[in-house]
Amino acid sequence: MTGWQTLFYKEVLRFWKVSFQTIAAPVLTAVLYLLIFGHVLEDHVKVYDRIGYTAFLVPGLVMMSLLQNAFANSSSSLIQSKIMGSLVFVLLTPLSHWGWFAAYVGSSIVRGLAVGLGVFVVTLAFARPEFAAPVWIAVFALLGAALLATLGLIAGLWADKFDQMAAFQNFVIVPMTFLSGVFYSIQSLPPFWQAVSHLNPFFYMIDGFRYGFFGQSDTSPWLSLAIVGSAWLAVSALAIHLLRTGYKIRN
Amino acid sequence: MPAVSFQSVSKTFSTPKGPFQALDGVSLDIEEGEFFGLLGPNGAGKTTLISILAGLARASSGRVLVQGSDVQSDYAAARRKLGIVPQELVFDPFFNVREALRIQSGYFGVKNNDDWIDELLENLGLADKATSNMRQLSGGMKRRVLVAQALVHKPPIIVLDEPTAGVDVELRQTLWHFVARLNKQGHTVLLTTHYLEEAEALCNRIAMLKRGASGGRVVALSTTSELLQAASTNVLRFKTDDALPPALAAVARVTGRVVQLPAQQAEDIESHLATLRAAGVRVHDVEIRRADLEDVFLSVMAESRYPDPAAAPPPADGPEETAEGGVRL
Repeated sequence: MTGWQTLFYKEVLRFWKVSFQTIAAPVLTAVLYLLIFGHVLEDHVKVYDRIGYTAFLVPGLVMMSLLQNAFANSSSSLIQSKIMGSLVFVLLTPLSHWGWFAAYVGSSIVRGLAVGLGVFVVTLAFARPEFAAPVWIAVFALLGAALLATLGLIAGLWADKFDQMAAFQNFVIVPMTFLSGVFYSIQSLPPFWQAVSHLNPFFYMIDGFRYGFFGQSDTSPWLSLAIVGSAWLAVSALAIHLLRTGYKIRN
Repeated sequence: MPAVSFQSVSKTFSTPKGPFQALDGVSLDIEEGEFFGLLGPNGAGKTTLISILAGLARASSGRVLVQGSDVQSDYAAARRKLGIVPQELVFDPFFNVREALRIQSGYFGVKNNDDWIDELLENLGLADKATSNMRQLSGGMKRRVLVAQALVHKPPIIVLDEPTAGVDVELRQTLWHFVARLNKQGHTVLLTTHYLEEAEALCNRIAMLKRGASGGRVVALSTTSELLQAASTNVLRFKTDDALPPALAAVARVTGRVVQLPAQQAEDIESHLATLRAAGVRVHDVEIRRADLEDVFLSVMAESRYPDPAAAPPPADGPEETAEGGVRL
């Protein structure tokens, strides 16, 4: 293995060794959401006039779990190794900033997809969503995981304390995911909140992902792809710049 | 070409209280195959200098070359040539010893490294800990793993930043035996330590850093034997429970009941003893010994003076580096 492949492997091994916490726990959380919200709302809500609420909820929960775990992986790995000092083992190596980026983002995509797949498989017991356009499912799963993994990388570099990281996660990532249409179609919102939702990049990830299942979405999947793709390129450029300059890791 | 070349390296950190200059134009070369000691009190800038060499920090000005490779512009080549044992006792809690060493090899692109890893484990007394998780190891064992991690890619230059701080005698001996062997095989070794007897025994050349008004600077740079010869002093050592007369107290090194007084020549010893007798100080266990590196170190640290920005004395007042890289003490 080359240097970046080793770092990628090490990062995958890291979350795999604690998979009960990093994969099983988020899958359980998502299933609890499905059970509770599905039970309460299944008979009361129909989305796009034909889809049952539980079936509608599945792609949203899959994407939410995927996004949150992709973020959690790179961010928690970096902040832990920064605070424990073990990041020095990587800092002393000839790995380039591109290698760092590929390894941290790649491994976080793997965790995001693993959790997303786990949620999807378990929820199959409760609902059978359609697969109208599987390519869109794969594209948005990958791109969404990549975007959040890259954001996690930036947050991990920026944060000096677990407190700061928790604040970033709880006050930015979680609200943006919850308010992106995971639990509802934004068409059910008043016009003002619909407009606000369109400013949330997370909305496009979940909407595009959902299009892959139902062939129907709140906005065009091409627009979602353009916005999510541009957002990923922008945050990637920032992450690469921070790694190249050694932001908060090389004094 | 020197193994390591520090060229006018300065470093200023930004702190909440304003800029803090840690290094002030440090220049020194470490030649291939040397066992080089970098000494200085806490805050003199030793670890900052090592950090700049390792790429953990960036010099504010000046540059550092590792066998000709610039640590910033050609960092990948420079880091391949360096094996750094960090000062902090850090470890990755997710892995066992062998996994940690395999991963570290992989970072440097070294494949199928198990033979060398086994040799490192054997030489550092870690063979029976290969499958132990890092969390289960004692501090001394973790330190050994740090050394092994620094050596997995067989670097020609080994940097040990206070590797024996707080470790037991057995590890010290294992470590020095192994590092001395690597040095004999041609590896260049750069050592920072507070244990001056170690530096005296191991290093063939030594630089001493001291913090001045504008950051750490080199105040002595010479071979170990030249430094000891330059001191050319003896030490009168005795024990006492009484207070020393002020004239002697000013120059004495006191550790508990043990008092050590520098004595350039035999007359100084007589004079010291006469002063003690006159003051009624009762002494016992009296001995005279040659000055060691600790005496030289203390003498250099006490005597070196830096140009004060407000009232700069002539540079010749303090110890100065000679054109040959030696030092006038």
